Amino acid sequence: MSADTATGPLKRTPLYDLHRELGAKMVPFAGYEMPVQYQLGILKEHQHTRTHAGLFDVSHMGQAYLIGPDHQTAAAALETLVPADILNLRPGMQRYTQLLNAEGGIVDDLMVTRSADPAEDGKLLLVVNASRKEVDYEYISARLPASVRLEPQLDRALLALQGPEAAAVLSKHSPDAVALGFMGARRASVGPFVCHVSRSGYTGEDGFEISVAADEAVDLARLLLAEAPVQPIGLGARDSLRLEAGLCLYGHELDETTTPVEAGLVWSIQKRRREEGGFPGAERIQQELREGPKRLRVGIKPEGRAPARDGTEILDTSGARIGVITSGGFGPTVNGPIAMGYVETAFAKLGTAVELMIRGKAQPAKIVDLPFVPHRYLRKA
Amino acid sequence: MALERFTEDHEYIRVDGDIGTVGITAHAQEQLGDVVFVEVPEVGRTVNQKEAIAVVESVKAASDIFAPVSGEVVESNAELASNPGLVNEDPEGKAWFFKLRITDKSQLDGLMDRAAYEEFVKQS
Repeated sequence: MSADTATGPLKRTPLYDLHRELGAKMVPFAGYEMPVQYQLGILKEHQHTRTHAGLFDVSHMGQAYLIGPDHQTAAAALETLVPADILNLRPGMQRYTQLLNAEGGIVDDLMVTRSADPAEDGKLLLVVNASRKEVDYEYISARLPASVRLEPQLDRALLALQGPEAAAVLSKHSPDAVALGFMGARRASVGPFVCHVSRSGYTGEDGFEISVAADEAVDLARLLLAEAPVQPIGLGARDSLRLEAGLCLYGHELDETTTPVEAGLVWSIQKRRREEGGFPGAERIQQELREGPKRLRVGIKPEGRAPARDGTEILDTSGARIGVITSGGFGPTVNGPIAMGYVETAFAKLGTAVELMIRGKAQPAKIVDLPFVPHRYLRKA
Repeated sequence: MALERFTEDHEYIRVDGDIGTVGITAHAQEQLGDVVFVEVPEVGRTVNQKEAIAVVESVKAASDIFAPVSGEVVESNAELASNPGLVNEDPEGKAWFFKLRITDKSQLDGLMDRAAYEEFVKQS
């Protein structure tokens, strides 16, 4: 975790006291005091999430409504800032996209949900990174037409329930939520609590993200933690789970100099937007789509046992520098070191042999396909 | 009983004659969390006091292990390469990292005994 650069006193989420009660080790992250692990430890928490269900506090992330007079107006306003097709996003569906700067660099990556409720036509829910929320809110607010406004939801907490047993656990408390398909979202009661639930997450597993009123968050967490398959999971395992799932982390794979094409996120730019443009940096991004980018995000598998960390230089077999690792560590499910990084496009082909400079020694590695662990999202027939 | 000394970097050295056995303390492994990789030095390497000589990595981060005193590596614990989790299970026993032939035993005088180390941990 390296997003602990914020200064000033650390903030706490509504679950802070519960984390302490559960024996969490707290660390600074993105300006918040967050649990990096609980008593199980990172390895067991990771494995528990892959085999049962894990509960994550992600209340540090930013939740905000973008509110316009109707969907058309709100979506058109957001489309001037992100490359995803928001106009054709169906009610009750969520989409992953990136907030872009004028050079096509990524200001943040975020989830956008169109409300399922016809009475809420014109309302989009944005979920953004904790480390970027102030930057995002300022950037978005400064670029909205008069009829559209951004309303950060400061009184909401966010819990993620992830893993192969997440749906079975939630079905006891929220049949409505469990009826959702992958990337679906709706208002749903979870036990006695009125929540906004989406079927999504950051682990590669089936699961849910549950937005709840801050003053009900502890009771909701206790309700879910009382279920036998559920353990609390800290940021350490959240990071190893997302790395195995090949998912980007802002500040590592993504920053203001990186485009979505370089980052391998072309799938998140729907066809109409690729052709029409109309988002910041469209010229550069469309050129990269036509001609290929100079560098690409890739998966990297070190051949030895030594993990290659963020910042490790990637060399070709003749020793010339061709890229750098942006996230690297130990993959508990893979049971070995794994990494992601950027290499010059000529070296991005699967199977390419490269070398990693680990503590002054060149160690052999290969370019591999992402994810390292297959996604197991719910796919309805 | 063997003489036991500790560094501020949380290494221990257990001395028997000229030979010192080096590892990391129980407190250090607790702070690191799950150990997933260990690199031990080659036999025959000579090392100066406080020089980085081995590496221990948890899921989250890599940490250097420093030589508590100067000497020559006479043995390394090969088991740690295949079973790094041993560092969490038995840090001050089976999970020793390497053994040194100590060049200058007077360097041990500058290290802490167990009582001083425990006090140091409490205050840090």
